[in-house]
Amino acid sequence: MDSPLIFSFASIFGWAGPVIFAVMGETLTERAGVINLSLNGSIILAAMVGFAAASTTGSFTLGFLAGAAIGALVAMLIAFMSITLKQNQVAVGYVLAMATKSLAYFLGAAFVGKPVMQLPVVPLPILSKIPIIGPILFQQTILTYLSYLTVIACYFWIFKMRPGLTLQGIGERPAAAYVRGADVNRLRYIYTAVGGALVGVGGALYSLSVKTWNGQLSGIDGIGWIALAITIFGGWHPVKGAIGAYFFVLLQWLGITLQPVLPNVNSRIFQVAPFPLMILALLLVNIGNAEWVDRTLAGLPEDSRKLANKVLRGMRTTPPAALGIPFENE
Amino acid sequence: MTTQTIEKSKPNVGFFRGLLIRRSTSLIIAILLAIAFTCIVLEMMNADPVQVFKTMWQGAFGSWDAFTQVLQAWVPLILATMGLMFTFTAGLWNIGMEGQIEMGAIFSYAVIRHFTGTATPGGLVIVLAFLSGILGGMIWALLVGLLKNYGNVNEIFGGLGFNFIADAILLFLVYGPWKPPGVAQGSTKMLDAIYWLPQLKSSYLSLWALAVAIIGVIVVTILLKGTYFGLKLKAVGKNPKSSFMLGIPTSRYMLLAFALCGVFAGLVGALQVTGFQHVLRNSISGGYGYMGLMVGMLSNLQPLLAVPIAFIFIAISKGAAGLAIDMQLDTNLAGVIQGTLVLCVMIMNGVRTLLIKKSRGS
Repeated sequence: MDSPLIFSFASIFGWAGPVIFAVMGETLTERAGVINLSLNGSIILAAMVGFAAASTTGSFTLGFLAGAAIGALVAMLIAFMSITLKQNQVAVGYVLAMATKSLAYFLGAAFVGKPVMQLPVVPLPILSKIPIIGPILFQQTILTYLSYLTVIACYFWIFKMRPGLTLQGIGERPAAAYVRGADVNRLRYIYTAVGGALVGVGGALYSLSVKTWNGQLSGIDGIGWIALAITIFGGWHPVKGAIGAYFFVLLQWLGITLQPVLPNVNSRIFQVAPFPLMILALLLVNIGNAEWVDRTLAGLPEDSRKLANKVLRGMRTTPPAALGIPFENE
Repeated sequence: MTTQTIEKSKPNVGFFRGLLIRRSTSLIIAILLAIAFTCIVLEMMNADPVQVFKTMWQGAFGSWDAFTQVLQAWVPLILATMGLMFTFTAGLWNIGMEGQIEMGAIFSYAVIRHFTGTATPGGLVIVLAFLSGILGGMIWALLVGLLKNYGNVNEIFGGLGFNFIADAILLFLVYGPWKPPGVAQGSTKMLDAIYWLPQLKSSYLSLWALAVAIIGVIVVTILLKGTYFGLKLKAVGKNPKSSFMLGIPTSRYMLLAFALCGVFAGLVGALQVTGFQHVLRNSISGGYGYMGLMVGMLSNLQPLLAVPIAFIFIAISKGAAGLAIDMQLDTNLAGVIQGTLVLCVMIMNGVRTLLIKKSRGS
């Protein structure tokens, strides 16, 4: 039952945990109309701080809490500088992405060689006995289970619950939401912080389960940018975002699995290949929005045009209308 | 002086408020904040800030040799920043600069590799290598622009994507077909000395490279500040919709901004190969694209202002390089100081505009 292939397949869901947390966090933040562009740095800083906290106290809980706190703190700084101080959100996010990464490497050098903590695998009682699915999905760490739950929770929060309606409102038509009694900027602060905390949990998960802290996170630099791309790829929808995250990790997994098959290609190429592929996927979901595509399609015969429209519509994503635009109540 | 009198004529501007509102004092406060934050970070690592700053000063300006190294590294940074001036002016975030520099380096190395061992004079090969590098950088930048214009892919993600692809190509080349005989080192064979840009005696500095940088600054300043083209580009950046209404072909101007930025990226790539590194290697771009974005942000679309800012940034980087040897501290301190500096300036800018608005409103 525990064949190597299944074991290897199961690792996809474990590896995807941090990406899932980051994508869910960013989805919430961007749904509220704020772009947190700092992910690539804040994930690494949260990983470092989470590792430091867990390693010195011996407590996983404190490690994850510290990671979440750092993620929320960086996100709050973005909210403060863009919402209150009216600075360019993209600029602030970019600088923070750079600065927090450097900070993580600088301070993290002190924690190289400290005791390594790795989350234990906790098989779920009945579910893990299901053939094939059980060992793949339900012989994981608690945080991996939490990552599944986070996706479901985000979905219900955004689309099935009342506060989610307000969340969509402040990202799409903040003025209308304001008129209906929503404190737009306060809510944006809250969602940015919550989203940042989720990103921080993802970071801590890297250093406490998927990888470990050795002065950096090998092979992880760039993951924050990918999480941002996946958020767009998923059309700001938690379930589609999760699919994107699993797809990306599947590509990484394929790279590692294929490497022995193609020995004359350098291993570093397999490491970087998923990154451009993910961006190409982004192109696919965006191209339906372009004007020239509409024009070209208009020239096609009726049947094929309908089909093409259907395909493109299905993939097309549109951002929250007020994404990145500051709101001022007159 | 004139601003001072204007501020003073305003009612209810207290002493501290005055400090925050005045541009010069606001900048000084920002710098002090950044230094304070750096000191806190250093205290966390049990390092003596005074000792650290002394070591960094020594590392950057302690000797003629150190100073020429700062000057030499200033060249690619200022050129990268000058390229980014075009995209910044057009309201674009060319985060793909890093990959464009790599492509420039690959293209220029390809030319030199082709001519190595032939009778073609070295000077001519260097010129061809520069032209080819410029072409490479330009193509890579245009791809991001085309993706933005025709694929609706935001230039930040398009740029990052092409950075990753350029990385992959570079890795493939230096570990694959262009690998020198023997174990793969992540770099190609050293160029023959006839393909090096001439250097000053007993230093790494090339006056040719320095000249290219200075000419670059002058050209960009004239183009952006003194021509109709610069004005239109600025209009596109400020408000693409209304400039389109006014008859400026917005998307063509954006593409042009990308192309011009790519030209400078290619220049940096070619300089890295012929002037500084003399090989093609992994991470040949040296982070100048990423750093250039920060310098560009601080310079506020003023090319001449970028000259001293780039110099300070490079001095911090070079200064921090010595920390690893002398004090066993990680060199990433440079990134911490640079990032904090930009953040603090932005915070103080925000505070300043907020206060000015308030005192006008009341």
